[in-house]
Amino acid sequence: MKFITLLVIALLFAGKVPLERAVAPSPSLDLARTLDPRERISQSALVGALGGFRDVVADFLFIDAHFAWERTDWAALLMRMRQVTTLQPHLLMFWDIAAWHMAWNAGTAALNDPTKSPFARHRQQREYLELGRDFLERGITNNPDRPELYEAMARLYRDKYQDHARAAEYFGQAAQRPGAAAYDERFGAYELSFAPGHEREAYDRLHALYLRSEKERLPTLVTRLHALEAQLNLPASERIPSNGK
Amino acid sequence: MTASLHRLSAIARTTFTELVRLRTFYVLLLFAVVLILSATFLSRISFQQELQVTRDITLGAINFFTCLLAIVATAQLLPRDLEDRVVYSILAKPVWRFEYLLGKFFGVVALLAVSLVAMSLISVAVLYLREQTALREVATQFASLPGDQSAAALRAVHEAGVNQNLVAAFGLILVKAAVLVAMTLLISSFATSNIFTISAMAMAYLIGHLEGIARDYWFSEHAVGWGTRLFLALIVLVFPDLQSFSWSDQIGAAGATLLRTAPLALFYIVGYLLTAIAIFSQREL
Repeated sequence: MKFITLLVIALLFAGKVPLERAVAPSPSLDLARTLDPRERISQSALVGALGGFRDVVADFLFIDAHFAWERTDWAALLMRMRQVTTLQPHLLMFWDIAAWHMAWNAGTAALNDPTKSPFARHRQQREYLELGRDFLERGITNNPDRPELYEAMARLYRDKYQDHARAAEYFGQAAQRPGAAAYDERFGAYELSFAPGHEREAYDRLHALYLRSEKERLPTLVTRLHALEAQLNLPASERIPSNGK
Repeated sequence: MTASLHRLSAIARTTFTELVRLRTFYVLLLFAVVLILSATFLSRISFQQELQVTRDITLGAINFFTCLLAIVATAQLLPRDLEDRVVYSILAKPVWRFEYLLGKFFGVVALLAVSLVAMSLISVAVLYLREQTALREVATQFASLPGDQSAAALRAVHEAGVNQNLVAAFGLILVKAAVLVAMTLLISSFATSNIFTISAMAMAYLIGHLEGIARDYWFSEHAVGWGTRLFLALIVLVFPDLQSFSWSDQIGAAGATLLRTAPLALFYIVGYLLTAIAIFSQREL
C-alpha cells in the first residue's frame, strides 16, 4: 500500500514539469534575444523578491511618481517610472505614461527653463525626448504584439520629433497588430502625406481609404487628399469631387 | 461511496463553521475591506490611471488576504485538533484519514470562496462607480473627435474597469489559494506546530514565485554542476509555480490564463493532497 502510494506520488511529480512548461512556457526566443539581459535579470529577481505582490508595489511606486511629477522632480520621476516598468513590464499604461512624462512634461519644462542658455535647453529637451523614446522602445520589446505602444511611439515622432515618415511607419505597425484601433491605418496615411518624398504613396493610401467606404471620408482625409492632388498636379478627371463625397 | 461523501461533507461543514467563528477571519476580512476602499483615495491621479490603479490595488489586496487566510486558517487545523484531542474522537468513528483531510481541505476552500465573494462584491461596486465616472469624463472629453477615436478611448476605460477579466482574476486568486491550502495541509500532516507550518509556507510562497525562474535555469545550459542541478531539481519538483496564476503577466487575458492554469492547479492539489494523505495515514497519533 505504502509503495503504491509513493509510486503514484512520484508519477504525479514527474508529470509536473511538462505540464508547467505547457501552461507557462519560457519567454519566446525572439523576446529573450531582444530583451536586455540586465532587464530580464532585474525583472526576474523582483518578481521573486516581492512574491505575488509586485503589482501592488508597482502601483504605490506609480503614485509616488505622480507626486514627483507634481514637485517637478524629474530625476525622482524617472527613477520611479523605471522601477514601475521593471515591476510591471506587461502593463502598457506604465510605459506610455513614463514616455509621456519624459518627452512631454520633463522635455517642455527643460525647454522653458529660464536659468539655462537656449543651447542647453534644447540639448536637455533632446535628452528627455530620448528617455521617452527609450521607454517606448523597451515597452514594445516587452509587448511586441500589442498596438498601443506603437501608437504612442508614432505620436512621439509626430508631435516631438516632427518625423512624419517614422510616425507613419509606427502607425502602420500598430495597425497590423491584433486589436488595433480603426484609425491607426488612417493616421499612418495622414502622417505619410506630410512626409516629403512620400506624396504619391500617401495619396494612394488615402485614396484607397476614401474608396473603401463613406465612413472613411472624414474632413481631414478629404482635406489631405485635396492637398496631395494639388501637390502631385493630378488631372481633374483623377481628382475626388471638391465636396469630398 | 455516498456514506463517504456524507462524512466528508460533515467534516467540511464543521471546519467551515469553526473557521468562521475565528476572530482572525474577521480581522483579516476587515483589513482587506479597508484596503479595498482606501484604494479609491490612494489613486486620485487621473480618471483612466485611477481606474487601473484602483483595480490593481484592489486585486492585490484580495490576493494578499486570501493567500494569508489560506495559510493561517489551514495551518492551525490539524495542530488544534490534535491539541484538543478532537481528531481522536473523529477517527475513532468509521472515518478514514483521507476523508478527514479532504473534509478539512473543502472546509477551508469553502471559507475562502465565501470571503472572496464578499471582497469581490465590494471591489466590483467600488470599480463600477469609478468606471461610470471615468466613462462620463471620457465621453465629454472626446465628444468632438471622430467616432472610432472616442470608441477606442471608451474601450480603454472598459478594459480597466469591471469586465470578464476581473471575474477571471478573482477565479485565479481562488485557484491559487486552493493550491496553498493543499500545500499547507501537506506540511501540517507532519509538522508539530502551526508556527512551523506558517513559517514553512511563507518560504514556500516566496519560492513558489521563483519556481518558474528555477525551472528555466534548470533546463538552460548555464546550470552547470550536479550540485546546482540537484538544488534546482528539488525546487522544481517540490514547489508549485505560483507565478503562473498571476493575471498581471497576461494583461487583458485573465480568462484565458484561468482556463490554462486550472488543470495545473488541479494537478498540484491532487499531488499535494495525496502526499498529505500518505504521510498522515502513517502518522502515529
